[in-house]
Amino acid sequence: MNPQSTSRTPLLSVKNLRKHFPVKAQQLGGPRLMVQAVDGVDFDIEQGQTLGIVGESGCGKSTTARLLMHLIIPDTGEIALNGRPVMRPDGIELRELRRQMQMVFQDSYASLNPRLTVVDSIAFGPRAHGADREKARGRARELLSLVKLDPDQFGPRYPHQLSGGQRQRVNFARALALEPRLVILDEAVSALDKSIEAQVLNLLMDLKRDLALTYLFISHDLNVVQYVSDHVLVMYLGKVMEYGSVDDIYHRPRHPYTQALLASRPSMDPDVKLEASPLVGDPPNPINPPSGCRFRTRCAYAEGVCEKTEPRLHALRAKGHAVACHMSISGSGHSKA
Amino acid sequence: MSPSRAPKVTVSMEVPLGVTQALDVPVGTLQLRTYWQTVWQRVLRDPVTLACGGVLLVLIAAAIFAPWLGLSDPFASDSAKRLLPVGSPDHLLGTDELGRDMLSRLVYGSRLSLTMGVVPVIAALAIGGVLGLVAGFVGGRVNMLIMRVTDVFYAFPSILLAVAIAGSLGAGVANTLIAITIVFIPPITRVTESVTTQLRAMDFVEAARASGASTYAIIRTHILGNVLGPVFVYATVLVSVSIVIAAGLSFIGLGASPPDAEWGLMLNTLRTSIFLAPLISILPGFMIFIASMCFNLISDGLRSAMDVRF
Repeated sequence: MNPQSTSRTPLLSVKNLRKHFPVKAQQLGGPRLMVQAVDGVDFDIEQGQTLGIVGESGCGKSTTARLLMHLIIPDTGEIALNGRPVMRPDGIELRELRRQMQMVFQDSYASLNPRLTVVDSIAFGPRAHGADREKARGRARELLSLVKLDPDQFGPRYPHQLSGGQRQRVNFARALALEPRLVILDEAVSALDKSIEAQVLNLLMDLKRDLALTYLFISHDLNVVQYVSDHVLVMYLGKVMEYGSVDDIYHRPRHPYTQALLASRPSMDPDVKLEASPLVGDPPNPINPPSGCRFRTRCAYAEGVCEKTEPRLHALRAKGHAVACHMSISGSGHSKA
Repeated sequence: MSPSRAPKVTVSMEVPLGVTQALDVPVGTLQLRTYWQTVWQRVLRDPVTLACGGVLLVLIAAAIFAPWLGLSDPFASDSAKRLLPVGSPDHLLGTDELGRDMLSRLVYGSRLSLTMGVVPVIAALAIGGVLGLVAGFVGGRVNMLIMRVTDVFYAFPSILLAVAIAGSLGAGVANTLIAITIVFIPPITRVTESVTTQLRAMDFVEAARASGASTYAIIRTHILGNVLGPVFVYATVLVSVSIVIAAGLSFIGLGASPPDAEWGLMLNTLRTSIFLAPLISILPGFMIFIASMCFNLISDGLRSAMDVRF
């Protein structure tokens, strides 16, 4: 999918990632319904880059993150870290995958054990990987300094004695404790105040540079994604709608959904008012998604072909820009193709 | 009141706009207590719990040190001194229907009665706790299997189930302990399972799994510490229930047997004398009431003390 990545092995390569969750049958003996949470997602992340994933609530962003960590086991999908496939006989072990890949959750409070001090929370990972108690605690104190928290002051505290921003820094420190190569940030700054958010984002960017990290940045906040990402993946109802560089996605969006998302951003200029809501209503039910293109029910350009055939993710002439829309596929049968 | 009540500084979550630095609370003023220290501080400020704890300590100490208290032989009967009233010389709490010293029998009786209150709960805690942890943490079919089997036991009222099990095993203290343990395993399993299931969905447990830690390490560090509190509180209530059930089984002849001193059994043998010496006949029942009440109130106190909202 990503034409750039022919020569070098991407740090993370994901192909055809799929997870359908069973839903309780409506009636006894009724059909077993499935929520198509993530349905055939592919992407690569290059070493040192940041891939942003955007989309509305329920589009499968967080499920994707949990699938990558194998907190939920995917139905299908080939995940390879540095060219080594996960959970294959010749590939990378789950334990090693989880050392090289770490995750930060949205809820800074729920992601810390209320009975453990900050130092012990951070030291848990290294301890689980065989470090002795004192060494792990020493490491935890180093990490606290790294995320700009004074180890003497904050190390012995409990999570409820910290502010939201401080807690989220502790969560970063915990994620970094195992020296991962890839960090998944699942709405990691979304719950913070705007002023704190900016500060934490800058810290994240500094850490990325200093520790040669790679980020997978999941957010619903388009401005934040634009600020941190190198590439962006737009998801809708478990499918990839568009993928490309930040520049392509934000300045030359090709998919009507991406265009609508960008148009829905509030302007910083108070005189610019949105004429009409670019997107109406909620996404359809993922248990029974629309036939053909999943976005067609809310798309202004939908035609007969959109209902009949599902558009494949199609590489455009611009390098690394791909879009799943019939309007961008010549000969698809769409009047604007 | 505790002497070390330095004003407790709580860190405010509301950071004024523009303040971007970490809140500068000097280390000395922020009280860094562990969870259990906080709980203990709260218990110290709760007179009811403290009083009940005191009463129980006296009861337990008396039970343990009974042979050294200089009491008369609880089994020595004297037909000339039957049913002496409370306050008689040499027999502070009177004598029973066979002329045995009531004080001595009550103290020695507490050994059996308190044992029958505590031992089944500890045994059920060990078995039910493990079952609940496994059911809650593994989930799925294992959970289904364990929880549906415990539901079968739930279908019977606890006292009836205890009578049925003790009846089929035969009378005796050991069988009573087994019967009550079996009665208590399902509720403890259920409480442990529900707390564990809630915890398993928490992000910090997900994060621990994401760190590649073993299931054992996750349970020990992240689950056990959070499960122990609520389950322990529940177990304290069960001690009082256990005392009552054990006394009940002895009363109907399924527990301790004569001439043992046991509160429920004493209540039974003295029952015929209730019109001759009402005060004496009521004494064992009063002890059962005091002991189970104290455990109950302590459980209440612990519940509120441990309910530290973070």
